[in-house]
Amino acid sequence: MPDFEHSAGVAPGRLPQAAYAENFEDLHPPLGSHAAQVAADRCYFCHDAPCVTACPTEIDIPLFIRQISTGMPEAAARTIFDQNILGGMCARACPTETLCEEACVRTAAEGAPVEIGRLQRHATDTLISADVHPYERAPESGRRVAVIGAGPAGLACAHRLSMKGHRVVVFEARRKPGGLNEYGIATYKTVGGFASREVDWLLSIGGIEIRPGCLGDDLDLAGLRRDYDAVFLAVGLAGVNALALDGESAENVDDAVAFISDLRQAANPGCIPVGRDVVVIGGGMTAVDAAVQSRLLGARTVSIVYRRGRDRMNASGFEQDLALRRGVRIITNARAVRVSAVDGRVREVEFVRTREQGGNLVDTGEMFRLPVDQLFRAIGQRFDLLAGGLEIAGGRIRACENGRTSLEGVWAGGDCTGGGEDLTVTAVAEGRDAAEDIHRFLVGD
Amino acid sequence: MADLSTKFAGIRSPNPFWLASAPPTDKEYNVRRALDLGWGGVVWKTLGLDPHIVNVNGPRYGVVWGADRQLIGMNNIELITDRPLDVNLREIKSVKRDYADRAMVVSLMVPCEEDAWKFILAEVEQTGADAVELNFGCPHGMSERGMGSAVGQVPEYIEMVTRWCKANTRMPVIVKLTPNVTDIRFPARAAKRGGADAVSLINTLNSITGVDLDAFCPEPAIDGKGTHGGYCGPAVRPVALHMVAEIARDQETRDLPVSGIGGIGTWRDAAEYIALGAGNVQVCTAAMTYGFRIIHEMISGLEHWMDGKGHPDIGAIRGRAIGNVTDWQYLNLNYVTKARISEDLCIGCGRCFAACEDTSHQAIVVRPDRVYEVIDEECVACNLCVNVCPVEGCITMERLPAGALDPRTGQTVKQDYANWTAHPNNPAANGGG
Repeated sequence: MPDFEHSAGVAPGRLPQAAYAENFEDLHPPLGSHAAQVAADRCYFCHDAPCVTACPTEIDIPLFIRQISTGMPEAAARTIFDQNILGGMCARACPTETLCEEACVRTAAEGAPVEIGRLQRHATDTLISADVHPYERAPESGRRVAVIGAGPAGLACAHRLSMKGHRVVVFEARRKPGGLNEYGIATYKTVGGFASREVDWLLSIGGIEIRPGCLGDDLDLAGLRRDYDAVFLAVGLAGVNALALDGESAENVDDAVAFISDLRQAANPGCIPVGRDVVVIGGGMTAVDAAVQSRLLGARTVSIVYRRGRDRMNASGFEQDLALRRGVRIITNARAVRVSAVDGRVREVEFVRTREQGGNLVDTGEMFRLPVDQLFRAIGQRFDLLAGGLEIAGGRIRACENGRTSLEGVWAGGDCTGGGEDLTVTAVAEGRDAAEDIHRFLVGD
Repeated sequence: MADLSTKFAGIRSPNPFWLASAPPTDKEYNVRRALDLGWGGVVWKTLGLDPHIVNVNGPRYGVVWGADRQLIGMNNIELITDRPLDVNLREIKSVKRDYADRAMVVSLMVPCEEDAWKFILAEVEQTGADAVELNFGCPHGMSERGMGSAVGQVPEYIEMVTRWCKANTRMPVIVKLTPNVTDIRFPARAAKRGGADAVSLINTLNSITGVDLDAFCPEPAIDGKGTHGGYCGPAVRPVALHMVAEIARDQETRDLPVSGIGGIGTWRDAAEYIALGAGNVQVCTAAMTYGFRIIHEMISGLEHWMDGKGHPDIGAIRGRAIGNVTDWQYLNLNYVTKARISEDLCIGCGRCFAACEDTSHQAIVVRPDRVYEVIDEECVACNLCVNVCPVEGCITMERLPAGALDPRTGQTVKQDYANWTAHPNNPAANGGG
């Protein structure tokens, strides 16, 4: 048997087949109904609960937890979906440790919050698994809305518009709907094809049609404005920031988002090739997702290298700990300066040590090198500018409250706008709120 | 080390913890296991006349659970022993012979005829048992046949049967009372008049633990029907503590020994009963929930507490709280307190605010950053905020010193004790305060 595990270069199948199933199982396994009762009992049903304030979609968390504790997870699910139709994915993918669970008074009291994320999953899974869709459409309004992008913002907007009786056409550039839920979240956070099941469940309200289409390619904004009563842009961030390094064009210098996406779409993780020695450059969730999954695929060494200190990393403390527990090394205050290749393939990266000085990052002059078979870029994504007269702010579409853009009849939300923190839950809130505003616009309220 | 031994109604036991008459004391096997683990004594499950009764063949118990299926309250529809009398008598004799230092009390329930009592008392005497307990408490099944709580709810019957028993045995007679009455002092007084050496209480409360909402049937269900059972366990402890205290401070029964029963599962529960006058305690539901080994915690906990407080023996704590149980009318109306919320301990849940704002006196205000503060002008010191606060010690009731102004009433707090009997608003007060 070949020694896959330690062979140099980028290779699939580094581990025995059985190891993949174990490595990519649910990060937070579902609570059984008794465990959910016990977890729910820890909720104090706070007045003006801080967890609700911390939730971008403002789910009535104490209420849904109380509904679980009375044996009514279906009612709890309805409470969640009223505010967040993608509450199932948010229960899995939200960095709850920096949102509701950080705000939970039990975090202050004893360092152990109520397990809000897992309770939310318990409730939402109850309805989605039973394939029960709890909403009905209002009578047909006769209005049509185009939604560009079937990611969290687009789907949330489409669902709310459909509830209000409007017909929605969602244009999606990729093969499957779901956006980052389908392509961008680590595999172990959403197992069992949940993202696509959730989209099917969401669409079962009716009144929403998903069509292939890509703005700037086969679609143009002027045509959409002409053909539809309103347009909601939720196109996400298509571009990946480059490292801007000499040698970056070498083979096996890859985008972390593409790696994560390939892994999500793979029927068997073992088919996805991974380097023996992997370096991920970046400090956010994407960096952690790529690094951890590289380890899970059998990489011998994996290092995250971030140019600033640990405290400046966008990845939460929980995510950083997860990486460390999985054997990822986190190197901070180091900036990549050169990529070296052998036979066209990346072989080594050189870094310079940095330090913060009066708010600026400066090089110290101290250098070090890491051997690398595969180098991932994870230093953020960028919005690829659209033509069509939209005002841009900070490199993204300028949208005011409720997602109104500079163009009449055009709204925008999700990562392509500048408001949120590039989280699924924020995108859902923006899609939902834009839908309410579009509805008011359409019915002249 | 504190001395836990007791002499209750003339019956000696090495500690105050007896197992109550119930399923745990139904037969020799269980009782030997309990005594081996250190229980001070047992009250053998109630004997009756042959032919022995039969039990239902479906569920006998129903419970009320907390979130983690913690057993909060339990009810049962089991009757007295369903084994032949001679089997029980033989086993009682065998156990008592081997455990001479433990209390062996035998619970009895026979029809309200003197001959029946005379017969069974003679049989029990043969076993060497230390005492009998008259089961006037069982509220289900047997009560339909004129026994159990059907006797316990009629003071005249209690007195009559107790008198028969005292006339027909040299053994001490303990009368077990039902709580399913409006005033526990009347049955206790009747037992005393009949010559009882002690009373034990409480037996179980009439109860339905729940309703199956699919079958629309009370639980526990027997073939689609249910009947009331007897409720016990932690949930009934406050009811029992009150009844024990009432007997302990009643002029007629204050000297009558009381064996405390009802929701006792820890050393602290026992200490509270003893402080309210119980000479010992009986345990059932906690043993049925966790097994007999709980006795180890109860003994060690009581010893530690007594040693820590310098109480040398049970006599040093027995009845110590009775003098502080009084009628409402004698409570000091010049005792003025205000709630105080510790900002350091507060975790910001806001339950105090919700409770006070919605259901009390709107005496808590929310400051920025979830800081909760008591408005003294509104606070009536009801204690609800303390009760709903999840953090022990975070909210306290602080007494206003004499001479301080109570901003709620606009009056100065007085030093002297003054109660309702002399209050100017009391129409019955003589001449006012």
